[in-house]
Amino acid sequence: MAIMTYRQALHDTLRDEMLRDERVFLLGEEIGVFEGSYKITAGLLEEFGPRRVRDTPIAEEGFTGAAIGAAMLGLRPVVEIMTINFSLLALDQIVNHAAKIYGMFGGQASVPLVIRTPGGGGQQLGATHSQNVELYYAFVPGLKVVAPSTPADARALLQAAIRDDDPVLFLENLALYNTKGEVPDDLPPAPIGRARVTRQGRDLTLVGYSRTAHVAAQVADQLAASEGLDIEVVDLMSLRPLDRATIVASVRKTHAAVVLEDDWLTYGIGAEVAATISDGAFDDLDAPVRRVAMAEVPLPYAKPLETAALPSTDDVIAAVYQTLDAVGRRHVKVGHD
Amino acid sequence: MIEITMPRLSDTMEEGTIATWHKHPGDHVRAGDILVEIETDKAVMEYEAYDNGVLSEILVTEGQTVPIGAPIALLDATGAAHQASAPAAVATATPAVAPAAAPVPPPAAPAPTLEPSVAADRLVASPLVRRLAREHQLDLRDVRGTGPGGRIVRHDLTEMLEHRSQVHEAFTELRGPAVVVTDEKRGSEAVPVTSTRRVIARRMSESARTVPHFYATAVADAGPLVRMRRELNGQLAAVSRPKVSVNDLVVKACALALREHPGVNSSYVDDTATTMLVHRRINIGVAVASAHGLVVPVITDAEQRTVTDIGAETHRLMARAEERRLSVEDMSGGTFTISNLGMFGVEQFTAIINPPEAAILAVGATTTEPVVVDGTVEAGYRLRYTLSSDHRVIDGALAAQFLRTLTTYLENPWSLVA
Amino acid sequence: MSPAARSTRPRAAAGGDATAEHQRLVDFYRRMLLIRRFEERTARAYTQAHIGGYCHLNLGEEAAIVGLLTALEPTDYLFTNYREHGYAVDRGIDPNRVMAELYGRTDGVSKGWGGSMHMFDTAHRLLGGYGIVGGQVPLATGAALAIEYRGGREIVMCTMGDGTTNIGAFHESLNLAALWHLPIVYVIINNRLGMGTTVEASSAEPELFRRGAAYRMASARVDGLDPVAVAAATEIAVASARDGEPYLLEVVSERLRGHSVVDPAKYRTEAEVADLRAHDPVPALAARLVAAGVLSDEQLEEMDRAALRIVEEAAQFAEASASPDVSTLFDYTYATPVDNVGARYPGDPLFPPAPRPEEVES
Repeated sequence: MAIMTYRQALHDTLRDEMLRDERVFLLGEEIGVFEGSYKITAGLLEEFGPRRVRDTPIAEEGFTGAAIGAAMLGLRPVVEIMTINFSLLALDQIVNHAAKIYGMFGGQASVPLVIRTPGGGGQQLGATHSQNVELYYAFVPGLKVVAPSTPADARALLQAAIRDDDPVLFLENLALYNTKGEVPDDLPPAPIGRARVTRQGRDLTLVGYSRTAHVAAQVADQLAASEGLDIEVVDLMSLRPLDRATIVASVRKTHAAVVLEDDWLTYGIGAEVAATISDGAFDDLDAPVRRVAMAEVPLPYAKPLETAALPSTDDVIAAVYQTLDAVGRRHVKVGHD
Repeated sequence: MIEITMPRLSDTMEEGTIATWHKHPGDHVRAGDILVEIETDKAVMEYEAYDNGVLSEILVTEGQTVPIGAPIALLDATGAAHQASAPAAVATATPAVAPAAAPVPPPAAPAPTLEPSVAADRLVASPLVRRLAREHQLDLRDVRGTGPGGRIVRHDLTEMLEHRSQVHEAFTELRGPAVVVTDEKRGSEAVPVTSTRRVIARRMSESARTVPHFYATAVADAGPLVRMRRELNGQLAAVSRPKVSVNDLVVKACALALREHPGVNSSYVDDTATTMLVHRRINIGVAVASAHGLVVPVITDAEQRTVTDIGAETHRLMARAEERRLSVEDMSGGTFTISNLGMFGVEQFTAIINPPEAAILAVGATTTEPVVVDGTVEAGYRLRYTLSSDHRVIDGALAAQFLRTLTTYLENPWSLVA
Repeated sequence: MSPAARSTRPRAAAGGDATAEHQRLVDFYRRMLLIRRFEERTARAYTQAHIGGYCHLNLGEEAAIVGLLTALEPTDYLFTNYREHGYAVDRGIDPNRVMAELYGRTDGVSKGWGGSMHMFDTAHRLLGGYGIVGGQVPLATGAALAIEYRGGREIVMCTMGDGTTNIGAFHESLNLAALWHLPIVYVIINNRLGMGTTVEASSAEPELFRRGAAYRMASARVDGLDPVAVAAATEIAVASARDGEPYLLEVVSERLRGHSVVDPAKYRTEAEVADLRAHDPVPALAARLVAAGVLSDEQLEEMDRAALRIVEEAAQFAEASASPDVSTLFDYTYATPVDNVGARYPGDPLFPPAPRPEEVES
C-alpha cells in the first residue's frame, strides 16, 4: 500500500504494463522528450526508448488512426491526447473507425487501444481548451469510456483498459492529477462498466464521475457535518457501459438524486443518468432528478465569468437543498444565504 | 346482490352523509377499492368495498344523509371473477340487456357518461407517493401536498403510514354545487358550507336540542396564577424552553379536578340504556379556532401530563390544525372539552356540550378588577369560567363541587406544576 | 509525361520469356474479366434489390486492380476504400463470399455486417474497405507501424481515390510514414472524378503523385489502363516499402459508370463517355491478346463464359445464404465481454416494469 498522486498512479501503471507486455507502447504529442504536458510519461522515453515511447507530430487524426491500425495488427498502443479538446481532431478515427472495426467486419479484428486524455476547466484556458466532451465518446457503442476519480481506480482501470481488446477512452482530469490516495500494491484490474457506491446514505443520492465524484464526496461530508444529512455517493467510474443498475438501486433507497457533471447540461451525461432513474426508479422518486452542470456558454477567459460558469460546491449544495426541500426535508435551509 | 350499508366510521357517528361516490353504476369494483367518501360527524372518511363485483345501483346520492346501517348501494357480485379480469366485457354487456328488458331507461343506471369526476382531477403526487398509496391503499385525494406545486411527497404521508389506519383530513371542501338562495334585501351571498361547518352545525344542533344543559359559573382569584406563570416563564425562558399559557394551566387543573370528580368525566348513553359510561381516561378536548374552522383536538391522559407537556401537545395539535392535517386520531376520544375565549377579551360565556361528553368549560379572560381583600378594595386578578353540564348525568351539586375543586387548583397554581 | 512516370514505363519482356509474358497477360485478362462480370452482376443484383445501401463498382478499374495486387505477396496487407469488390475478388477471396456480403448474408466476408463498402478478410489480409473517405489511410499507416514495431518484412498497400488526397488524414499519414520510415505504399486511384468533381477542380496540384514531395516521399504516376504498367510500377513501390521507405503511387484510371450504381453521371458529355468506352481496359487487353495471337475469339468467349458461371454461381450462393438471425445483433459490439452493455432492442425498457398486483397474487 502506498499513498500516491493520481499522476504517479498513471505513470507507474503505464510503466508496469510496458514491462509486462512488449506489445504495449505509447504515442502522442510531447510524451517523450518533453515528458508529457502533464508529466505522466516522465522518464519513460529514457527507460523504454523511442520505439515504445513515440513522440508524434501535431496530428491527432493521423497518430490516433495509426494507433488504431497498429492495434488491428495486435499491438496495444496507449495514445495520449494532450487534452480532450484536441481529441475532436481525431473524432473520425475514434468514432468512425476504432468504434466500428470490430462490429463492421463481423468480429474479425478488434482494436485493443487506449486513448488517455484529460478533461477539465477552471484554469483560464478559454473556450477551446476547457471543454468536457467525454459524452461524445460515451455516446458511441463499440467504445468503452472510463472516468476514474481516485489514484487507485486510475491504476485499476488503466490496467483493465490496456488489457481490454476494445478501444477504451480513458478520461483523466487536470484537477485530479495532484490528488492523492492509497494505491494497494497488488491492485487487480477493475472491471469496466461498473459504478461504485463510495458512500452509503439514506437521504439523497449524489452521482458523479471523475472530478465530480470528488465534489460529490466533499459535499456529502460537508452536509453530514453541518446538517446531519446522510447522503449516498455513486461514482460512475465507467461512462460506457453505464452501470445503470447501481444508480437505480441507490435511488430506490434514497428516493432523490442530484447528478453532477462537468459537461453542459443539455443532452449531457446527467440527462442519461436522469433518464435511467426515471425508467428504473420511477416509483421511488419523491422529487425530480436534479442535474448540476456547466453553464451553457463557451467557457470565458475572464476569471469571474469562468468561475460563474463552472459548477461549484455551493451549486451542488443548493441543488441538494432544493431537492431535499422538495421531498419535505424542510429543516435544511434553501439557498446560499 | 350485496347490499352496501352506511358504515359506522367514528365512535360517535350515528348517521353519515355521502360526500362523493368514487364508483358509479356499471363500474366494476374490487375489494379494497375506494367506493365512497362519507362525511361523518367528525371527518370525511373513505369507505372501501369488501367484495368484488359490479356496482349496480346507488341508493343514496351525494349530499344525502342516512343513519348507520341504511343501504346506500347495491353491488352485483355474480361473475365478479371474470368481470374483474375483463372490465370491457361488462361495459358492453350492460347496455345490451337494457333494450331487451324494457323501452324505459333503467331507473338507477344513469347513462355511462364519462364526465370527469373529482377523482379524475389531476393529482400531483411524486411517483414514490403513488406507489406507497397503491401499496397501502391510501387515497391521496384527501392528502394535502406540501411539495412544490402542492405535490404530495412522502413526508406528507408519514402520519398516515405510521398509523397505518385510514387517516383523512377533516377539512375537505364539500363537493358539488351549493344551492344558491339569494336574498337581495339582505344582500346575501351563497357561500359553500364546508364539511367542518356542517359537522359543527349538526352536532351543536343535536347537542342543544337533546342535551339538557345547565350552567354554573365560578370565579377564581387569578393573582397567584398570574404571578406564578410570570415567574415560571421567566425560568423557562432562561433555559430556552417554551412558555406555558393560562390555558395549559387550566387544562391541567381541569384534568386534576376531573380525577377527583369522575362523574363529570362521563357520558350519557341513551334513554334505553341501563348504564352510563364513566371514563377512566381523562382526555381533554381543546376547542381551537383554526383558520379552517373550529376543531377540537384532544389531549389524552391530560392528568398524567406535565403542564409544559400539555403546552407542547397543544402547540403540536394547533399547528396541525392550521395545516389541515389533524387526524381522526387527533380529534377522537375526548371526555371533556375546554373552550377558551379569553384571548379575545371575553370575560364570561357559556358553551354547548360536545357529545357524547357530559360537560364543557367555557373560560373567559383574566381580568384586573377592584376586589375586596380584608375589607379594603384593591386591584386584583380574576378568572371566570362557566361549566355547561348534561343534567342527565350531572346534577347541580356535582357541578358545584367540581368547580370548587377547580378553583382551588387555580388559586394554588404551584400544585399544578408540582 | 513526368520524369517519375517515365521511370515506371513497362519494361519490355525479356526475349526468351515471351510465352511466360503471354501467360501473365492471359492471367491478367482472366482476372480483369472476372472483376468486370462480377461488378456487372452486382449492378444487376442491386437493381433487383438484393443489394442495399451504397454500391460503388470497379468498372474501368480492373487493370489497375490486377496490376497492383500482382505485386503483393500473400502476407502483405491491403487497406482500401468503399470501391473494393474487385480488390476482394482479385485478392483471392471466394466470389461467393463477396457476393454474399453484398447480399448481407452470414456467409459474407464480413458476415453481413459490412456490406458493399466494408469487405474484410483476415486470411487474405484484406484489412478493410472503408466507407469514410480517407479513413483507411491512418489505419494503414498504423498497420505499417505495427510491422515496423515487430521488425516484420510485410508491407501495407493503401489505396484511395483522387479526392482523398485533399483531406488532412492523407497528409498527416504520409508525414508520419515518411518520418517513421514505414513499409507502406499509398496508391491513388485517380479516375479523374471525385463523385462529379474533377481533379482539377479539387486539387491545386492536379498531378497528385507530386504531393509526395512535401514529405520527401518517392512517388510516381502510371497508366492505370495497362495492367502490365501498373504491375511494374507497383513492384518498384513495394520494393521501396519493403526497404522501409514509403512510396506514393498514382494510378490514372477510369470510372466507366457513375460514382455509384444509382448515379447516371449526367455531368459527363456523350463524347467523354464514347472516349471512355474506346479506352475500356478489358476489351483493350482482349484485342491485344488476339492481335498477338495469344488468344482466339473462341478462347475469349470460353473465358467469358467461365467468368459468367462464377458470378452467376456467386449470386445463387448469396441468395441461398442465410440472413443473420436477429438474435446475433449484439454479438459484435465488444471483443472483450463487459458488464452492463445493455443488449436491448429499440422497444425494450431499460428495466422491466414492476409486476401488476394481480400477477403478484397469482
